[in-house]
Amino acid sequence: MLLEVQGLTKHFGGVAAVRDVGFEVSEGTIFALIGPNGAGKTTVFNLITGILRPDSGFIHFLGKPLDGLKPHQVSAAGITRTFQNLQLFNGMTVLENVMTGAYLNGKTGFVRSLLRMPGINAEDKLISKQALTLLSEVGLESVADIPAAALPFGQQRLLEIARSLASGPRLILLDEPAAGLNSAETKTLAIFLKKLKQNGLSMVLVEHDMETVMEVADRILVLNFGEGISEGTPAEIQADPEVIRAYLGEDDQIA
Amino acid sequence: MWSKSLLWPAVILLFLALPFVIDSNYYLSILIVIGLYTIIVQGLGILMGYAGQVSFGHAGFFGLGGYTVAILTTRFDWSPVFALIAAVILPGLIAAIIGRPTLKLRELYLALGTMGFGILIHTLFNEGRELTGGPSGISGIPYLSIGGLSFDSDIKFFYLVWAVVLLVLIGINNLIRSRVGRALRAISESEHAAETAGIDTGKLKLKAFIFSALLAGLAGGLYAFYITFISPSPFGFHTSVQFVLMAVVGGLGTFLGPLLGAALVVLLGELLRWVIPLVIPGAGGEYEIIFFGLILVFLMIFRPKGLGAFGKNLKPPAVKPSVAPE
Repeated sequence: MLLEVQGLTKHFGGVAAVRDVGFEVSEGTIFALIGPNGAGKTTVFNLITGILRPDSGFIHFLGKPLDGLKPHQVSAAGITRTFQNLQLFNGMTVLENVMTGAYLNGKTGFVRSLLRMPGINAEDKLISKQALTLLSEVGLESVADIPAAALPFGQQRLLEIARSLASGPRLILLDEPAAGLNSAETKTLAIFLKKLKQNGLSMVLVEHDMETVMEVADRILVLNFGEGISEGTPAEIQADPEVIRAYLGEDDQIA
Repeated sequence: MWSKSLLWPAVILLFLALPFVIDSNYYLSILIVIGLYTIIVQGLGILMGYAGQVSFGHAGFFGLGGYTVAILTTRFDWSPVFALIAAVILPGLIAAIIGRPTLKLRELYLALGTMGFGILIHTLFNEGRELTGGPSGISGIPYLSIGGLSFDSDIKFFYLVWAVVLLVLIGINNLIRSRVGRALRAISESEHAAETAGIDTGKLKLKAFIFSALLAGLAGGLYAFYITFISPSPFGFHTSVQFVLMAVVGGLGTFLGPLLGAALVVLLGELLRWVIPLVIPGAGGEYEIIFFGLILVFLMIFRPKGLGAFGKNLKPPAVKPSVAPE
């Protein structure tokens, strides 16, 4: 199993943001976390990536516990993420954003950088070449040299995904990647995510766009008020009356 | 027509010719002091502009460098070169020790923590009489000599200091364009995203802090060799504030910001000291501070990103995001 989460609990003040949440993600699959706003989806991401510490429960990645790791150590272990409210390096170019995402693939340190020791340019060229390849996969190679902040919103989302891929992770956590995208962009995104899965990458997806979730996810966990209320394949989730009640209200059908 | 590539060599050549045009030691000494401060602010600029950490204690590192040279050369008969090397290393070591707990602090608390360090060091200079000579300081520091070359005149010192400024400028330019530089810029943009990229932000901030302390120590060591006398007064809290001021006024994250900031603050101080008594007879130092403050407030209103925020920046200017086309 790639990722195992068991009994995960986190309180903020007296309120349980996440209570006894557990799920497993197998290698090469897309796992979706859905649920109303405030259900605890982003908190789960923050717990996995080490931004928050769980009150109880454990998270195992590739059989090893992630307990107590700092966010950068979680990345080094092979899990990267995107953010619901974009966290691009706005003053850097599109290419530099992706090159920074590949930080773990480089070795050049502080002193060697100051002195521009031999070998640095070669390493930088290699990383820049790999970053450009990644950018061409998301269709951003033509804007590689403009500041990230100058990109239209949809392309900023794609750039953040490209950046999270740059270090070659085993698992990426995508926090509402389709939020703010128009329908054409959302379709392109879904195709891209499925292509990544074909290449062997695993993903955990938090997303409100049900069409996308049902199309790309292999398994889905529904959270409501911090608790998992149902887990299964997209078809199973769509047929679960409790999900429909909790998530969409009594009368609606999931898309 | 002059091409752009000729502009910089021309400016540098003109600058190098300055000591032959200026035959006043007063002006030359001002240029040397500007150079020394530029070295400090260059390091502080990395810490503040990229690692996003403020320090109100850098006069402490500056003083440590100076006192290291003074004590080692006069009391222990170290050769000037080794004393200068020690003056660089010691502040770096101390920064490494105090940096880990201090950099866990944020914003106001970090400012207070570093300020406390600066005041502590300043107090040690005043009170550690056996070693530091107390308020009357240490005199009789020898000239710096490297190999057979002795820096025994202002002109020689001018070239030495500005050669160091240029080297540091080149080094920082290398740094900012490298993997580490991207990581530093990433921290200043979004710490969460930087961590997600695998950057150990705590460690990198510490390295930036140590780097800035090394440069402040280097400037302090050079200062001691230049003045050949040292006392606690130039290393007080006021000086730390001035360094932060120079960094901000010059423009954080800009190529020439440290130089412009140091030059403006030093020149403005000298100018006010000369002009104010002419306008207000019998005016004391407090008037200088008032006018100084006013000028800086106006400057920050009209050039909020600092003097260096034009032309070629180290950080490309942020562009407003455009609306997504359909």
